[in-house]
Amino acid sequence: MKSHSHAFLSPRDMIGFALLAAMIFVVFPLLLEPFRLNLFGKYLTYAFVAVGLVLCWGVGGILSLGQGVFFGLGGYCMAMFLKLEASSPENTAIQSTPGIPDFMDWNQLSALPWWWEPFNSFAFTLIAVIAVPVVFSYIIGVAMFRRRVGGVYFAIITQAIAAILTILIIGQQGFTGGVNGITDLRTLHGWDIRTDAAKTTLYFVNGVLLFAVLLAAQFVRRSKLGRLLIAMRDQEDRVRFSGYDVANFKIFVFCLGAAFAAIGGAMFTLQVGFMSPSFVGIVPSIEMVIFAAVGGRLSILGAVWGTLLVNWAKTSFSESFPELWLLGLGALFIAVVMAFPNGLAGVWAEKIEPRLLKLTRRGDKPLPNATPAE
Amino acid sequence: MLDMTNPKYVLMVEGLTVSFDGFKAVNDLSFYVEPNECRVIIGPNGAGKTTVLDLICGRTRATSGNVAFKGADLLKMREDQIVHAGVGRKFQTPSVYEDLSVFANLELSFPKGHGVFGALFFKRDDAVKARIEEIAEMIFLSDHLSQKAAFLSHGQKQWLEIGMLLIQDPELLMLDEPVAGMSVAERKKTAELLNRIIADRSVIVIEHDMGFVADIATRVTVLHQGKVLSEGSMEHVQNDPRVVEVYLGH
Ligand SMILES: Nc1ncnc2c1ncn2[C@@H]1O[C@H](COP(=O)(O)OP(=O)(O)OP(=O)(O)O)[C@@H](O)[C@H]1O
Ligand SMILES: [Mg+2]
Repeated sequence: MKSHSHAFLSPRDMIGFALLAAMIFVVFPLLLEPFRLNLFGKYLTYAFVAVGLVLCWGVGGILSLGQGVFFGLGGYCMAMFLKLEASSPENTAIQSTPGIPDFMDWNQLSALPWWWEPFNSFAFTLIAVIAVPVVFSYIIGVAMFRRRVGGVYFAIITQAIAAILTILIIGQQGFTGGVNGITDLRTLHGWDIRTDAAKTTLYFVNGVLLFAVLLAAQFVRRSKLGRLLIAMRDQEDRVRFSGYDVANFKIFVFCLGAAFAAIGGAMFTLQVGFMSPSFVGIVPSIEMVIFAAVGGRLSILGAVWGTLLVNWAKTSFSESFPELWLLGLGALFIAVVMAFPNGLAGVWAEKIEPRLLKLTRRGDKPLPNATPAE
Repeated sequence: MLDMTNPKYVLMVEGLTVSFDGFKAVNDLSFYVEPNECRVIIGPNGAGKTTVLDLICGRTRATSGNVAFKGADLLKMREDQIVHAGVGRKFQTPSVYEDLSVFANLELSFPKGHGVFGALFFKRDDAVKARIEEIAEMIFLSDHLSQKAAFLSHGQKQWLEIGMLLIQDPELLMLDEPVAGMSVAERKKTAELLNRIIADRSVIVIEHDMGFVADIATRVTVLHQGKVLSEGSMEHVQNDPRVVEVYLGH
């Protein structure tokens, strides 16, 4: 087995990172037309959430069924900025109150609410994209983990929060755009984000940010904090009685997951051009857990592959049988949990990698189990 | 209330009581542990032995009473603060991190980098490695450092958990049935280990194996239904008719 050295990237990790980078930065852009590339860019925004879930749930044992909340908050912060830019007095001259977002006008608002004001600033928005979800997750974390709420109770409470936030957003349509969300976003500092060229640029920005998040996650995994999370997952009391304030570590990893999700949400808004409550609620939150599970809940790279695979399947599947998709997703989840508890990453590590290694070691000698090449 | 800062004692437990829905698992219990003493607590199943340790280390909240460790009121402190004050505790069922290596198990117990950012930027320097190797030697696991703890034998897990406490260098070490489930050979080695580590600290051990108790005890406290039934030297309690009746007799 592996020795107790913990290099930041082992050779195996390096291969994994390189493979994913090649896929995201070379293969997809070369193979896919702009529309499909944008679609994959959208999938990859969910991967931010899945990577956070690997740390929280897979490594730390904290299952959150409300990650959509943080994805949504990040996305909404970005959408508010873009909406204000799209609602210049010239663009909205036909409204009874020009200069405010169209949905506010439809809801008889005659002035911009005070808490929308700061979102005129892009710098403020960038900070808010991270800060709002992180502060919110911090409050939840302190309230739950200091009281030693964990396991299933925590999962249910996060789910309830996702449901409540959805209801709040839909109910307050004058302030939030309601069930339709914040739509018709156009430019970022005058740069039209709806063109193919802009979408391709945003795809690459998204890819770079995803790798930044992956490296941050890898750093956490490789640190003593990463090993502590595993220890807490298995023997929380032992950790506590080794002199650690367990709640602090849970709060930290939960906030980190929220920050990752928020970046994904903001990039979603930029690439897809809107944000709505359908990305905040229970169903998307659970879907994101499934992405992480399919990829392998212990593997941050697996989470990205899982997200890509499930979403690609979802798109292909629901183009032909839309009403069957949820059923298919449920079946997939059960199949993965039963047959491959470590997901795609487990299949890779147990089935594929050893064979590759054998192949490279034995040179061209025939292998008993391998399928002969053509 | 008595003076809880008496320097004659490391640990003072007075009038300690805990009630679980009216059932008093520990009932008005008092005892005092001196520096460098090895106190063994014995008693029948369900006597409240584990619960006493739980109360001292903050795992269970007392209903009433006082626990003072070197003058500090443990009942007002959080679990991790009690650990940092110098109290280490081993659980009855061996609690080690099965998914981590023996090395990582010991490293997590090393008394440094216990805050979030301390842990995130913790450096595995030579001092840490040397200390881990020193402890591993003491607990007979030098050859197993890179092994996953899940693959250790039951006895080795007990040793590992003792090692995880030793690396913190606590002034008061509390061990709940450290030789349970061990072979005769392992018991002997453990007694040797304990005799070595109790030299410069106070220890509370819960144990059923009377041979083992005789090997290590300075004083013995016999618990029965949450109360002290008898206390004194091994010889004294063994000859106490009440102890023979409720515990040693069968
Ligand atoms: N959290 C709790 N809630 C309710 N009852 C408890 C709790 N913890 C312990 N008890 C009860 O308190 C009594 C004492 O338990 P304890 O575990 O301290 O016994 P023990 O002396 O360690 O026994 P053993 O030798 O079997 O380990 C038992 O009857 C147990 O059922
Ligand atoms: Mg017990």
